[in-house]
Amino acid sequence: MRPVFFIPLALFLFFAGLAAYMLANGRFESVPSHMVDKPLPEFSLPPAVDGLPGVSRANFVGGEPKLLNVWASWCLPCIAEAPQLEALKEEGVEVIGIAIRDKPEDVANFLNRYGNPYTRIGADDISQLQIEIGAAGVPETFVIDAAGNIRYQHIGDIRADDVPKLLQILEDVR
Amino acid sequence: MLAELGLAALWLATALAVLQILSGVMGLRGGDKASALAIYARPAAVVQAFLAVLAFCLLLWAFAITDLSIKLVATNSHSMKPMLYKLTGTWGNHEGSMLLWVAVLALSGGLLAGLEKRLPHKTMSATLAVQGFVALGFYAFLLLSSNPFERLPIPAVEGTGLNPLLQDIGLAIHPPTLYVGYVGLSVAFSLAMGALISKQVTPDFAKVMRPWVLFAWVFLTLGITAGSYWAYYELGWGGWWFWDPVENSSLMPWLAATALLHSVSVLAARDALRTWTIMLGVLAFSMSMLGTFLVRSGVLTSVHAFAVDPERGSFILILLGLYIGGALAIFAVRAGSIAEGKRFTATSREGALVFNNVMLSAILAIVLLGTLYPLLTEAFDVRVSVGPPYFNPASAIFAIPMFIVMAIGPLLRWKKDKPARIQFEISLIAAVAIAVVSLVAIIGDYSILAVLGLALSVALGIGALLPLRGRNIRTVPLATWGMIMAHFGVAVSLFGMASESAFTQERLAAVTPGSTEQLGDWNIELRSVDPIAGPNWTAVEARIAVSRGGEEPIVITPQARNFWAPAQATSESALVTRWDGQLYAVIGDQAQDGRWQLRVWWKPFVTFIWYGGLLISLGGILSIVGRVRVDLKRRTAIRKGKERRDDKAALSNEPLPEPAE
Repeated sequence: MRPVFFIPLALFLFFAGLAAYMLANGRFESVPSHMVDKPLPEFSLPPAVDGLPGVSRANFVGGEPKLLNVWASWCLPCIAEAPQLEALKEEGVEVIGIAIRDKPEDVANFLNRYGNPYTRIGADDISQLQIEIGAAGVPETFVIDAAGNIRYQHIGDIRADDVPKLLQILEDVR
Repeated sequence: MLAELGLAALWLATALAVLQILSGVMGLRGGDKASALAIYARPAAVVQAFLAVLAFCLLLWAFAITDLSIKLVATNSHSMKPMLYKLTGTWGNHEGSMLLWVAVLALSGGLLAGLEKRLPHKTMSATLAVQGFVALGFYAFLLLSSNPFERLPIPAVEGTGLNPLLQDIGLAIHPPTLYVGYVGLSVAFSLAMGALISKQVTPDFAKVMRPWVLFAWVFLTLGITAGSYWAYYELGWGGWWFWDPVENSSLMPWLAATALLHSVSVLAARDALRTWTIMLGVLAFSMSMLGTFLVRSGVLTSVHAFAVDPERGSFILILLGLYIGGALAIFAVRAGSIAEGKRFTATSREGALVFNNVMLSAILAIVLLGTLYPLLTEAFDVRVSVGPPYFNPASAIFAIPMFIVMAIGPLLRWKKDKPARIQFEISLIAAVAIAVVSLVAIIGDYSILAVLGLALSVALGIGALLPLRGRNIRTVPLATWGMIMAHFGVAVSLFGMASESAFTQERLAAVTPGSTEQLGDWNIELRSVDPIAGPNWTAVEARIAVSRGGEEPIVITPQARNFWAPAQATSESALVTRWDGQLYAVIGDQAQDGRWQLRVWWKPFVTFIWYGGLLISLGGILSIVGRVRVDLKRRTAIRKGKERRDDKAALSNEPLPEPAE
């Protein structure tokens, strides 16, 4: 046994320890939108489904803070997310939807099947608003304060334990 | 049915991997070939290969028919996608690429078990046990945390698509090629461990290991070359290497494999560098695993890290700890018991190879440090990114002496030589290098690294061809041709890199249709910008007429694409390739006043970077073919010799016929 042959092992153990530490501390925030803490851009989207109005920037200004939910009927995590949006609606939160590259009949089917938490749904057929507000995929949910500023971005589907967190943030930005 | 069959095949393969380990260990211990369990290692590896490949083919089939009851298909594919991208979608995601990895791993293990007859029984048993152990970890990973065949409770109506950046022919080639390379190194790893455990680190073992290393190295070279070109034309940023963690994680195993390739050759030919070869065998595969970990775990943020998931990261880290930690521990304890082998003087072929091995290892350390440094500082809550300003000069410090020795090394004799013998060659190489430096200095004011790169590339190109001097071309062995071509390829690549960095011209302009721009002697006219639609994207496409020196204009059409399912914007560059370089055009956004952003580069000799990569790979292939041919000849000769001896023995045993009366 020669000590020199233990050097590679020692170096490796150092790296493995460091990596384990990093993993255990869970520093894996996704890349946040550069639009957080900036005003929502000016936009106007036509209705995505019969019976619900379309969406424009004016709908977010005034009253209580609102949720802007970017989703699509073809998106699987959006199905998983539906009950949580329903729960937020039960708590009195206004949820405004943006349907990405969707068809009116698919949107209607989705709402019939998984419930409708939305007061309005805008049709974003070319992902224009989605890209402008820095959403990388579906679903994503933004907290918009009464002045029309983006205050928080939630990437991915809202899980059950995210609901209290979102309610707290909505409370904080009032 | 499909998914269940695939899953069953994976479980069976897992069971066989366990059998392979047990059987291998028995074979190592007993040394008795008839030991009941020891005979199963080889067949277990072969059947396992069949099952793992079957599982992968089933997943491929599920993607081909867009079986939306399988979660992986539903989340990564879409019925609207072109067939080619449905198929490439199979490995354009975490689970599928892990299955591909395992399938290639099992296939290599099966080939090794089925074809390799030269190794001593003990070494072979230990090797197969290690190979089974590596496979077992990845099976566990797939089955416990990344099941590719998971069903959805309710089949999806439509899939969510594939990342549009990955919808490119580059993806069809790039990851599978790299994987074959990575996994080929797993065989080198198993062989190195097998030899270390059985204490039989011999030239014969090196001869068995060499084709596997060559094979893996050829694929790594091709993979890196394809990946670099893909990033160059698909990402639309005009660069060919970014020192991104994901890129580095393919470069690091390549550097280790290049060092290993040379040291295993020394071991095979001269019986020297035993521990060093074993160390590099462990290191090369460690770098492949580390690459996988960095890309998959998300501990480092990167432009193209995908399927980031800390849970999977932990799983790979555990595997990394078991394999690499285990291997290094065995190495630490055992390495002292391997004699170092034959001696040689510093001025010899071995001396040059050792020097360059050390330089390669130093570059590897530089890249490794630069890649992991952000991880280290992040542990102390400081976020940094390490980029070209660190990597370029730091690696150049070691690359420059390496290229110099590389130009001269192959001219030296084995064991012991005098520099005076190759005085002419050395003077020629030095004269050429000095001439290029002075020439470039006259043309203009360029960075030191670019000038040195140009001079070294030309000198190295000549140095690479010099071993042919004074030899009968027809009697030069194929393996030597391979070496010459690979070294020449390095020179060609280096020339491309240096030219690109020295001579590139760039123009960024806001233009309206009908206006003309100048770049060097190129004339660039924007004719129109129109919307167009593809199978699953829409785009704006610019029509740009380009010409130089009064020749007939060519129309090129860069696009800015918007994909749906999932929504993402990408930029499709347009290229005009000439023998002396490439014109590279990207169309950007439209400004409020209606003008379009147009970015154009003229990159002299940039294509040489990838031609060089192809030459290097081709050199590797020639070497493999040459070695296999020599090997086959040798085997035939041995067989014939044996037959002749057998005949003689048979004759002498037979009672001589009585002479007729």
